Amino acid sequence: MSSEQVTGTRPPRVPLYNDPRVRSVIYQLALAAIIAFLVYSATNNAIEHLRRANIASGFGFWNQTAGFDISQSLIPYSSTLSTYGTAFWVGLLNTLLVAVLGIVLATILGFVVGISRLSKNWLVARVAGGYVETIRNIPLLLQLLFWYNGVLKALPDLRDSYVVAGGIYINNRGFYVPEPVARPGFGWVELAFVVGIVAAIAYSVWARRRQMRTGQQAPVLWVSLALVIVLPVAVLVLAGMPIHFESPQAGRFNISGGLEVVPEFAALLFGLTIYTAAFIAEVVRAGILAVSHGQVEAAYSLGVKPGPTLRLIVVPQAMRVIIPPLTSQYLNLIKNSSLAVAIGYPDLVQIFTGTVLNQTGQAMEVVAITMAVYLTISLVTSGLMNIYNRRMALVER
Amino acid sequence: MTMAEGDLAVTKLHFVRDLHLPPKPAPQRLTGPIGWVRANLLSTPTNMVLTVIVALLLFWVVRGLLDFLILDAVWTGTDREACLMSTQHREIGACWPFVWERLPYFTYGSYPIPERWRVDAFFVLLAIGVAWLLWLKAPRRDLGAFYFFVVLPIVSYILLHGFEAIGLPVVDTVLWGGVLVTIVVATVGIVVSLPIGILLALGRRSRMPTVRFFSTLFIEFVRGVPLITVLFMASVMLPLFVPRQFEPDKLLRALIGIALFASAYMAEVVRAGLQAIPKGQYEGAMAVGLSYSPMMRLIVLPQALRITIPNIVNTYIGLFKDTTLVTIIGIFDLLHTVEVARIDPKWATPVTSTTGYAVAAMFYLVFCYGMSRYARATEARLRKGDKR
Repeated sequence: MSSEQVTGTRPPRVPLYNDPRVRSVIYQLALAAIIAFLVYSATNNAIEHLRRANIASGFGFWNQTAGFDISQSLIPYSSTLSTYGTAFWVGLLNTLLVAVLGIVLATILGFVVGISRLSKNWLVARVAGGYVETIRNIPLLLQLLFWYNGVLKALPDLRDSYVVAGGIYINNRGFYVPEPVARPGFGWVELAFVVGIVAAIAYSVWARRRQMRTGQQAPVLWVSLALVIVLPVAVLVLAGMPIHFESPQAGRFNISGGLEVVPEFAALLFGLTIYTAAFIAEVVRAGILAVSHGQVEAAYSLGVKPGPTLRLIVVPQAMRVIIPPLTSQYLNLIKNSSLAVAIGYPDLVQIFTGTVLNQTGQAMEVVAITMAVYLTISLVTSGLMNIYNRRMALVER
Repeated sequence: MTMAEGDLAVTKLHFVRDLHLPPKPAPQRLTGPIGWVRANLLSTPTNMVLTVIVALLLFWVVRGLLDFLILDAVWTGTDREACLMSTQHREIGACWPFVWERLPYFTYGSYPIPERWRVDAFFVLLAIGVAWLLWLKAPRRDLGAFYFFVVLPIVSYILLHGFEAIGLPVVDTVLWGGVLVTIVVATVGIVVSLPIGILLALGRRSRMPTVRFFSTLFIEFVRGVPLITVLFMASVMLPLFVPRQFEPDKLLRALIGIALFASAYMAEVVRAGLQAIPKGQYEGAMAVGLSYSPMMRLIVLPQALRITIPNIVNTYIGLFKDTTLVTIIGIFDLLHTVEVARIDPKWATPVTSTTGYAVAAMFYLVFCYGMSRYARATEARLRKGDKR
């Protein structure tokens, strides 16, 4: 083949339908058309259905009176005066309450179990392993029903309540614990608490700077604990105990006074914590195993004790591996809290897709609002964890 | 040894032992059971305390379980009287006669009794399919895959739902229940989620922006909301979206919800596998002139799926546990039948609920644990293949 021929040749003519760019445009147009058609016909059908069933649409129900009771509410709520909008906020707050408490408790339990699984103590490691394998392989819903119906509802009824020292009543209607009630002068204690926290932060900043400068360590943990706990307690005593505990009083048919923890909440919190902790334990174990063994050996050869080795060498490095899967476990816990609907804890799903949906019949709006809330929570949580992750990530050159 | 003359006296003094002594065994307290206990249970004071606490805890749990499930359990009886503390005058554990009597209900739900052989046949056909696919040395595994993914769904549908033309009366899905529904929901989720998940994963990694946008939107949306809201959407919103004459029945709605949910999670698992395939594989495939579909089918996906098998199985375990959520939208799966049976006045005792839950827990535990062992074995096998 001579060179003139090569330079003279144009690119071979490809039929239009074989041109990758044209094909890609056609495919995309087809996909967009199909989806547009599906959305269009679904909307049409929905409008038709709603018109025939005579169901209102739009978000007008938000300001109507709800007219149903909610067993646990963090904000003032009454069945006769409050609107569906208020019911929404009650449900959302209840969801957030159980999710936040669950995340904190599950993290603590999960780290303990995960580290125990790697313990040199054979028994401890085995028991932790058995816990993880059992709990992970039983559906959460089954566990929740067990805690609720099998344990908490099987407690004795009101008249035979267990009474724990200090005025705690336990029966099948819930836990009743003494409620602390502030008396005038309690403000000083609150002030001392805030001062303690500020002082503790200041102290730890100072200690860190000093350690950077001179290498001397300071007992930050103990000093902080003293500032945050001992200081307010001291003020409390000095101010003449401006607090009293309102004990629950057992009546004939109910218990009055005190702080009531409904069994639905206790079962949900218990179930979520135990279930998620098993998954977090696996995440933690994988993270610790991912830290090369040389790191531990190097620490030991420098004379660092096992405790500080774990705290200062292993965990900070393991955190980099742990955080991404830990985030998805937190998200799972938040989403799993929606199983509250099965045991009747008034969370967002139970109130909204349960009662409100039944009363208004406006399935689309109600399900859309609920989904939007969970999507927002998911996005915000993963956003926060991403920021933390970026701070912890290895700074590479 | 060389020595100078006249050094004899010194030589005599030398003593070199030329006999090898056998090594002494290590001291008793470092080896054997005692040594093991000392090293593994009692190495430090903290460990001693921990061992004691955990041993007590373990004893308490095992003792409680043994008492409940076996020692205090009631084994025979005809109704609640047998399992009541007030009539039996003793500590009562699990109420097994309740389970014996309700076992058919837990297995078939309200499926008509003369037709229950069809459910048994379905279980057998399914077991054959599963064994064919999981047993690595089985003959013609390609045929097995065809059987599992094409033949089995059609045959099962005809068998379970019925087909008047060949003399199988139609059994409405509202009568299905128990283990049957749990297995059907799980199997449909497993069979459907893998292909859709692969398509979504490919879509999310596609170079076409529209395809990528819609795939990502679907995956992120479904993964961001709880399964229960997806199920609510499927059960209350889906009927609004389709013309009245095509309104799907209740079980089908739940199946659609579960399948969509599982697909989104599967897509992310497959995507991770696709990302793990080195670029050279794609480039090699393109260099030999393969276009997109053969490249994916012959080069990329076989490798990507192979390394994701453990994760796929883990997703299946999650899916299997998640099937319990259909209880909430009123489908009679195993958990729902337990929930119904436990409040039946004939058997209502303080221990009935826990007995029912224990049976369900054992069922899920056996299946999920089996799957996770399989995933772990596969992982070990893959690792062995990579070792040099």
